[in-house]
Amino acid sequence: MTGAVEAPVGRLESRLRAARDRGRKLLVPYVTGGLPGWERVVEACAAAGADAIEVGIPFSDPVMDGPTIQEASERALRAGATPPAIVDALADLDTGGVPLVAMTYYNVVFRQGHERFAAALARVGVAGAIVPDLPLEEVGPWAAAADAAGVETVLLAAPTASDERLVRICARSRGWVYGVGLLGVTGERSELAASALAMARRLKAVTDKPVLVGVGVSTPEQAAEVAAVADGVIVGSALVRRLLEGGGPEVAGRFVAELRAGLDGA
Amino acid sequence: MSDTTTAPVMGDPGPDGRFGEFGGLFVPETLVPACQQLDAEFRAAWADPAFRAELDRLLRDYAGRPSRLSLCENLSTELGCRVLLKREDLNHTGSHKINNVLGQALLARRMGKTRLVAETGAGQHGVATATAAALLGLECTVYMGEVDMARQALNVFRMRLLGAEVRAASSGSRTLKDAVNEALRDWVATVETTHYCLGSAMGPHPYPFMVRELHRVIGDEAREQCRELTGGDPDVVVACVGGGSNAIGIFSGFAELPHVELWGAEPAGGAAIGHGVPGVVHGSKSYLLQDEHGQVLEAESVSAGLDYPGVGPEHAHLHAIGRARYERVTDAEVLEAFQLLARTEGIIPALESAHALALVSRERAALAGRTVLVNLSGRGDKDVAQVARILGVDLSGTEVAG
Ligand SMILES: Cc1ncc(COP(=O)(O)O)c(C=O)c1O
Repeated sequence: MTGAVEAPVGRLESRLRAARDRGRKLLVPYVTGGLPGWERVVEACAAAGADAIEVGIPFSDPVMDGPTIQEASERALRAGATPPAIVDALADLDTGGVPLVAMTYYNVVFRQGHERFAAALARVGVAGAIVPDLPLEEVGPWAAAADAAGVETVLLAAPTASDERLVRICARSRGWVYGVGLLGVTGERSELAASALAMARRLKAVTDKPVLVGVGVSTPEQAAEVAAVADGVIVGSALVRRLLEGGGPEVAGRFVAELRAGLDGA
Repeated sequence: MSDTTTAPVMGDPGPDGRFGEFGGLFVPETLVPACQQLDAEFRAAWADPAFRAELDRLLRDYAGRPSRLSLCENLSTELGCRVLLKREDLNHTGSHKINNVLGQALLARRMGKTRLVAETGAGQHGVATATAAALLGLECTVYMGEVDMARQALNVFRMRLLGAEVRAASSGSRTLKDAVNEALRDWVATVETTHYCLGSAMGPHPYPFMVRELHRVIGDEAREQCRELTGGDPDVVVACVGGGSNAIGIFSGFAELPHVELWGAEPAGGAAIGHGVPGVVHGSKSYLLQDEHGQVLEAESVSAGLDYPGVGPEHAHLHAIGRARYERVTDAEVLEAFQLLARTEGIIPALESAHALALVSRERAALAGRTVLVNLSGRGDKDVAQVARILGVDLSGTEVAG
């Protein structure tokens, strides 16, 4: 059961729901915007079987991110990446209809202004936004602007939340519900945490929205394991590490295809 | 004026942690329940006479409170105003930081947490946290920027002597801001067993409120001591402002007295109020040094404890409503003031505290004949080697031989 008053379902959520209801497990890779050649990497992810793609707009102080995405953010910022330049570049990407979701920290949004930032995302066709330092208690003003602009704000749900809190998070989340798979920041882990499955189960019990689990999901095997319960996965650090090691669109595409195959049980 | 229903200037920020438009709870979802629990537990403990008695006992018998109020006759003659120092430098561990830390460590134990994590700039908060952890049998991890570990090497060793693990924050500017990031990341992973012992009046709710209440003792003591010593209230209360804990503590004793001016001294290279615009980092909305895109800028100050691009949200509010005034002082003025106090009064202040003295020294004309209460937030032992280096003094011993 979700909250009584539900917003109309947006195009990100409709698309993900439809795919899920066809029996497909959902795959959302994360790419840090502003890394060299990142635009082609995003397109390669789309072509390799992603259902949506998170594009990180780097922030100087990413507290929810571990060493890999910190490093990627620092490199992108040093290379001169700015939020408007990244958002503008999204307009020109050819993802074959695979929706894009912007992921950034709240000060980037606040500095531009809620309405302006939401309008900029909508103008370039971005379907959703994730702002990990905007919890339920503070999301109101941004969420109102995003809703008005047709940008779906995906909320995070963490293992520390009570069941009652999970219900409220699911009711306010748009697009999908982002289950945090473990207690910790982003980064690769050698094994899937037991908490990832527990999180997926708890969320599936309280919402009908697509439930995707991220943070600590790094391999095709882990993706398949968590997607046995969840509707899909978000994979960030494992992909970004490959980019930091010099990989380009081919490497990214191959990795996403492996994840896809893992999820498809191939 | 006499309207008794008027809300206090420094009141309760409520469940949302708002000081006017500033404050709030801007943290990853994982930490929200922990912050909310901390708010509830702190309020319960603060209202519990047994908790207060235990904290008061520790503050008295362990930390050495009440700290003294010293009338500085030589400095007063030199500057032409009556200078009183609130001697937080005389506390155990050498700064005001112990007030906050003892409270939070007791609270951590009350909540059943077995480990403290802390950030530190100058190392004073790290040393205080390591001290309280040793006393109360808690594990302790302190994050410190690599740059600060180099300039405050003595405090790094001190923390390790006290049994704490010191971890280097090696990203970004490698100073206090990055140590806070690392401490928050640690807490996200360990929140079930760990309490984040935040060292200033900043961060997500309830920290700005809780840290202010734990440092309120500075202002409350100073007000009574000043009345006893001088028969009245000071005209001006001055404190240095990094995150803002020593300032908020002493201000809280005087904010409701409209005849007392409140001045905060910010470092010119890290003046969040002086040079910043509203922004959100480390859990709350406040003034922040940032670029046009919202990227946080690196502060640059001679004092590691003030080398921070943000400021506690209640200071942002006190500035916005005009109750307190914030001024910038330069590293050069600070080094002058550091030496001035040593020479005139035989007290070597922390470089942080020297910011407050530098502001008094610069404003001496405006302060002529008035009574100025300065929060001497810490002692300068930790800074002596750094100041020698800056002044070009060779401490290697070869000078004596030559
Ligand atoms: C002696 C002393 N004073 C002041 C500060 C600055 O902190 P705050 O602004 O929270 O008082 C520090 C921080 O390390 C300090 O060690």
